[in-house]
Amino acid sequence: MTNYNSSNIKTLEFDALIIGGGGSGMRASLELAKSGLKTAVVSKVFPTRSHTVSAQGGITCAIQSADPNDDWRWHMYDTVKGADYIGDQDAIEYLCSEGPKAVFELEHMGLPFSRFENGRIYQRPFGGQSKDYGKGGQAARTCAAADRTGHALLHTLYQNNVKEGTNFLNEWFAVDIVKNAQNEVTGVIAFSIEYGEVAYLKAQSTVMATGGAGRIYASTTNALINTGDGLAMALRAGYPAQDMEMWQFHPTGIYGAGSLVTEGCRGEGGYLINKDGERFMERYAPNVKDLAGRDVVARSMVLEILEGRGCGENNDHIYLKLDHLGADVLNAKLPGICELSRTFAHVDPIYEPIPVVPTCHYMMGGTPTNINGQAFNRIDGTDSIIPGLFAAGEAACVSVHGANRLGGNSLLDLVVFGRATGIFIQEDLKSGGGVKSADKDDIDNALDRLNTLNNSDSGYETAEVKKELQQCMQNYFGVFRRGEYMKKGLDELQEIREKVDQLHLKDKSNAFNTSRVEAIELQNLFEVAEATAIAAYSRDESRGAHARDDFPDRDDERWLCHSLYDPLSKTVSKRDVNFNPSEVEAFPPIVRTY
Amino acid sequence: MATNILEVNMYRYNPEEDKFPYIKQYQIEKPSKDIMVLDLLHLLKEQDESISYRRSCREGVCGSDGMNINGKNGLACITPISSVLKKNKIELRPLPGLPVIRDLVVDMTEFYAQYEKIKPFLQNSTTAPEQERLQSPEDRDKLDGLYECILCACCSTSCPSFWWNPDKFLGPAALLQAYRFLADTRDLKTNERLEDLSDPFSVYRCHGIMNCVSVCPKGLNPNKAIGEIKTMLLKDKKEIITTDGAMN
Repeated sequence: MTNYNSSNIKTLEFDALIIGGGGSGMRASLELAKSGLKTAVVSKVFPTRSHTVSAQGGITCAIQSADPNDDWRWHMYDTVKGADYIGDQDAIEYLCSEGPKAVFELEHMGLPFSRFENGRIYQRPFGGQSKDYGKGGQAARTCAAADRTGHALLHTLYQNNVKEGTNFLNEWFAVDIVKNAQNEVTGVIAFSIEYGEVAYLKAQSTVMATGGAGRIYASTTNALINTGDGLAMALRAGYPAQDMEMWQFHPTGIYGAGSLVTEGCRGEGGYLINKDGERFMERYAPNVKDLAGRDVVARSMVLEILEGRGCGENNDHIYLKLDHLGADVLNAKLPGICELSRTFAHVDPIYEPIPVVPTCHYMMGGTPTNINGQAFNRIDGTDSIIPGLFAAGEAACVSVHGANRLGGNSLLDLVVFGRATGIFIQEDLKSGGGVKSADKDDIDNALDRLNTLNNSDSGYETAEVKKELQQCMQNYFGVFRRGEYMKKGLDELQEIREKVDQLHLKDKSNAFNTSRVEAIELQNLFEVAEATAIAAYSRDESRGAHARDDFPDRDDERWLCHSLYDPLSKTVSKRDVNFNPSEVEAFPPIVRTY
Repeated sequence: MATNILEVNMYRYNPEEDKFPYIKQYQIEKPSKDIMVLDLLHLLKEQDESISYRRSCREGVCGSDGMNINGKNGLACITPISSVLKKNKIELRPLPGLPVIRDLVVDMTEFYAQYEKIKPFLQNSTTAPEQERLQSPEDRDKLDGLYECILCACCSTSCPSFWWNPDKFLGPAALLQAYRFLADTRDLKTNERLEDLSDPFSVYRCHGIMNCVSVCPKGLNPNKAIGEIKTMLLKDKKEIITTDGAMN
């Protein structure tokens, strides 16, 4: 194939470029479309096919509907505690205090929330929620549209982008960042999946809203498209990633299929049982039982299985019991779950329990950003803004989720920080912000990877290498981790790296060539997996989702900090956690029990 | 043919190589357990990486992988092969009625254009309250069976009226969403919306064939929504008759 270079591809120029058409990307674009700046959303799928659509249970926010006395500070306390104290408290404060505004905006845009009798938005209990800073019992703080909240949210955002006339480059795939000699980000190289046409999408501000990368694991609730494209592009450009060891395993993925079963099931009164029919969470979390933090519940389930109390022929899963809630509640509050369960578990939850198992669900880490979505690098021990680069949503690490995200906080993260990023870019560009142009060599460099793949005439097959990678991560970097095993995993990753660098793209055609996309996605997955493995091996303590059986205790003296992975040296350094919220006193770390 | 072999007949077309589309036959060992049509496609793609299809969530909520499976539109990811196998054979074709980009991938531009035509967003220009707009659970219930649409296009591309007039008849998917906003008590543009739908084509080309209902993978009923729209249009006309004394 002909090599692409800066003189044979076209340049499309924008003020702001948003990579990713999920919740955070479309919330940012909505803000920018209204501002009159020339904006484009680049999405590898039609926007409503983005993974936000799969979110079920709801969006957690103290809107004072279920409880008129609810307080965003209680939500903040829960989030700080849920994060096992390495969430940044200035960012969490912003998330929880701005949250109600962002949720009401969604309602005004038309999101079909479920309702209470008084006409206000329906809220349900979720894990890790409390009233009065953990002293007032279980809260019900998750705003829901039945169990299809993500779908309702994503469609509402798309609809309002249609209303505002947002410019979409649908089924375009971003390959690599174009950075200039000043180390600023000036846009991306991308191609149209439909026609294969390659272009330099030039922009003053580039937002990575590319979501998570759950597909680094063999078993995940994530969509097939969750391959960490934005984070991987940033890593390849030499920019860091934060808290990459922190991956959430959701307690209830459908056994065998991986599809998510919302925590809302337990919020509505469902509970987990082992093969003896015992409600075992009573032993692990005597106070809140099945509504403990997700990390706590997932570990308890794995322990039950390891100790021989798992369900089924092979004692390798757990049952989620819902039948006692009755058909009316299930049909009204959890209709999507009933549907998924019938399709993928061949079980009707109205009569039988659903077989579930902890399944990779969410990437707490990502590109480090401040509250405005600005990505930063670490230079000589201080944060240094990367001009032109932004991140929001699961791709970013603000960090509001720290070592463990609370259920319902991801959708809030999307809209609050998507919005904040859009607002900041608008103000920044209108007041003269922006980046210098890239030169020919910069563009050519960013085309390297695509050219190499296009010219491959031998090498490894994408599907096989992907399976190897996913199995390696599953085996050595799962719910429980141990140094000696992780070392083995790191060695395997070295071998996989060589294969990933030598993928063979047999089909060189241009029209809707999904094999080309999948090969690049695999390279992206690898970057994220490697960052995860190195960060996990480095953190020799247990905190939140990162559970090491060779270091079972939390070690605040050494590890009450973020991990920052540098892709150039492949090493991890430490970065301070923010304990300086502006309106409230910081919450000091205490022992985390439920 | 041996019973442990599946025969998959797939519509293939690559605009760069093929003058005409053709059916290619694949044989594959029958998996030991029941799998979804999408899983089958993954297995085939491991054999032949040139096969092209869309997919994302793999659980029936994103609407990417609508296709024609043994003659009926459906989502590959939630269609078990056991439910469609006929004598160990499966035929996979792109959704009918839209231009084919490649293999099982269709150009959905026209489908999305019809969706945009119905102004698929809440219209309410009154000043928004500081909190949410209130809505009773009963009023919210009116949106059930409507808002869940995933825009997979299985319904519209199974509709002969849409095949015939894809530019003028809105098609079941867009009409379902038109009614979703007509039914929303928070939307204040009911009259304008009805006015936009009152021409002879937008709604009235629906002849109640009901293919849309039989294929919808989410169990929704566009035909019922279209009936509701027609009723609203008639009422609208009646009111005009009674107030003005003549139909205008």
